[in-house]
Amino acid sequence: MNSLKKILLGEQGLVVIFAIAFVIVSIFVPNFLTERNMLGLLQSVVTIGIVACTMMFCLASRDFDLSVGSTVAFSGMIAVMVSNASGSILLGLLAALLAGSAVGFVNGVVIAKFRINALITTLATMQIVRGFALIASDGRAVGINDPSFYQLALSRFFTIPTPIWVMIILFLVFGFVLNRTVFGKNTLAIGGNPEASRLAGVNVVRMRIWIFALQGLVCAIAGILLASRITSGQPNAATGLELSVISACVLGGVSLAGGRAAMTGVIVGVLIMGIAENVMNLLNIQAFYQYVVRGFILLVAVLLDNLRSSAAGRGRA
Amino acid sequence: MAFLEFQSISKGYPGVQALSDISFSVEKGAVHGLMGENGAGKSTLIRILSGDQSADTGSITIDGVEQHYRSVRDAFDAGVIVIHQELQLVPELTVAENLWLGRFPGKAGVIDSRTLIEIVRTKLQEIGIDVDPTAKVSTLSIGARQMVEIAKAVMLEARVIALDEPTSSLSSRESEILFSLIERLKARGTVILYVSHRLDEIFRLCDSLTVLRDGKLAAHHPDVTQTTRDQIIAEMVGREISNIWGWRERPLGEARLEVKNLSGPKLPSPIGFSVRKGEILGFFGLIGAGRSEMARLLYGADHRHHGSVSIDGVAVSPNNPKAAINAGMVLCPEDRKFDGIVQGRSIEENIAISSRRHFSPFGILNPKKEAALAEQFIAKLRVRTPSRKQDIINLSGGNQQKVILGRWLSEQGVKVLVIDEPTRGIDVGAKSEIYEILYELAAGGMAIIVISSELPEVMGISDRIMVMCQGRVAADINRSDFNERTILTAALPDKNAAGTI
Repeated sequence: MNSLKKILLGEQGLVVIFAIAFVIVSIFVPNFLTERNMLGLLQSVVTIGIVACTMMFCLASRDFDLSVGSTVAFSGMIAVMVSNASGSILLGLLAALLAGSAVGFVNGVVIAKFRINALITTLATMQIVRGFALIASDGRAVGINDPSFYQLALSRFFTIPTPIWVMIILFLVFGFVLNRTVFGKNTLAIGGNPEASRLAGVNVVRMRIWIFALQGLVCAIAGILLASRITSGQPNAATGLELSVISACVLGGVSLAGGRAAMTGVIVGVLIMGIAENVMNLLNIQAFYQYVVRGFILLVAVLLDNLRSSAAGRGRA
Repeated sequence: MAFLEFQSISKGYPGVQALSDISFSVEKGAVHGLMGENGAGKSTLIRILSGDQSADTGSITIDGVEQHYRSVRDAFDAGVIVIHQELQLVPELTVAENLWLGRFPGKAGVIDSRTLIEIVRTKLQEIGIDVDPTAKVSTLSIGARQMVEIAKAVMLEARVIALDEPTSSLSSRESEILFSLIERLKARGTVILYVSHRLDEIFRLCDSLTVLRDGKLAAHHPDVTQTTRDQIIAEMVGREISNIWGWRERPLGEARLEVKNLSGPKLPSPIGFSVRKGEILGFFGLIGAGRSEMARLLYGADHRHHGSVSIDGVAVSPNNPKAAINAGMVLCPEDRKFDGIVQGRSIEENIAISSRRHFSPFGILNPKKEAALAEQFIAKLRVRTPSRKQDIINLSGGNQQKVILGRWLSEQGVKVLVIDEPTRGIDVGAKSEIYEILYELAAGGMAIIVISSELPEVMGISDRIMVMCQGRVAADINRSDFNERTILTAALPDKNAAGTI
């Protein structure tokens, strides 16, 4: 019993839970373990997975970002509209990346420089940016003129769709950044103790602005891929994304109190979110119930985080 | 007839005996002073009186009844109220609401506020406190808030009121109002326990006085008029100097750190000094004298108003700890838990947090080098830990301090080390180890500033001491002239003494 607890609440506990869940689902849910469904599952978590990469940094430094869903929709919209207007997809993509980073940068400056609570700041920008997306498109979906824009989502390398590759590459990149760079270590240090980090020579303000700007940039990447997949810029795309992403991160062992994060955990968290949704679809469970399940997953994630922290606390002298 | 009696009170914390065998008594209607240096045991004694902590042995008797309270609430019921430096009022409630808080009378939870206000108004008039009962506490001055606290104690029928450094944040006019209130409470038969560093207040207000030193009763004066200022200071300091310091004479070089006219929000009057190569400069002062504020300004942790700081003749840019580190100045902060250690991260990461920038090309870490560095300083500073991967929070205070020292020793070209309360919460063995490290660094040419509230420590390890008092430098004393009495006299915020400096 005790050793079971140790495994479940330990570093690798989530991976174990995930593996068990995966096996159970594979056995009992028809059509789950097929190549087509697996690729579909991964496709469905691309947006969450990509945004979770930087949300992990945000949470690890004791911050919070609610504006990611709006930023994804907004930058997708910018990509489509600028591409249509200029006739150059490249220009559209650049504009989108710039727009996303700008939103993140503003978040970062307001939060780090003017010391406004991250929850409030991003709650505000979440609405402002969503408003921009709606204003720009007059509330309607904007179709893509140049069909080669679709290729971003439709193309494949070695039978795997490009968006999945992008997600995998970002997982690798941000895993490396977290574990093997000064940036990653400083992020965790700030989350562990911001004042001590500052006195130890970490430029806390600049770090936090960077983290938010990076978050905006990554949201733009997710927004572009999403727009390509749904073949249009949708002002109402990715609503509620922030909650799924934060759930996935917390489920993946990122501490809301900061200072603790692991890329593998976040990947598993993302996959768990994806599998839950995928299975409910395969079992023809009504979409309405999926909200309930998602909510429960978040609760379980937070409870697990709490249990894990107190288990870690008990281990202390 | 003694009204309040302490009988052989002892209290120990891990590693330190805070109080041993304290016995004294106070007459009814007396104002009794409690004096002692930082760490003499005053706060512990007050905490035991307030029910916040319980004594290991001994008892408290009030009006002939031995008290067995286990909580602050029990102490309330016994009529004992302690008024701390940090006041305990709800700022967004009115004076009257604060006075009734926790025991609002009224039927079925309905409050008849008019009656409550009238009762409070009468009570305030009765004890002579001029405060509007309908005013919000947040709109009152600190002095008025303190009056409200005292009024609360009176409303709770307090028989013993302890005031902990009540005038530390009051203007002299507010202090006068407080003193006359104390006189009126005394006339009502209330026992006042008055904790203060200010000798003039003690002589003015107190009937009797107890002096504590290192947790022991140094002196009890049933009649304050029978003693003198010098005698009290001698009683506060007169302790044995043991030789755990291991200080040795070192050659001193030219000026390394020069500070001119430094001032900031918490240190309004400018201060200046210099530290030579190889010198250990001690800063002594009572709590709140401005030593840590000075250190934080120096390092750029807080915003500097004016002044210049230079190292080897090169100015250090202000308000930026990172710039200070680059210029060769590092700080081991007073509050290790909040400002020093990065909780949840390993010893290795806590050591490498600053110095890793020298060996991480393009921001990419060099794990081998970090591990080697961690091992090197764990060995050199004798950090007791099973592994460098250990979360720093699991270490003892002394070992955490060593890790923070390791953080700075692993930096390159440190010229000035500022260490605030180097051995707070650290056991004796680890203390000597830390002193030895400091001597070694000084011998290597570093200029070291040691800030400490422990007078023996400052005197034991410093080459020179600057005494601070109320945000100013009160004295600058060379080692050959070290004398406990001189230093403590300079540190005491006493108007009369201040005239002689």
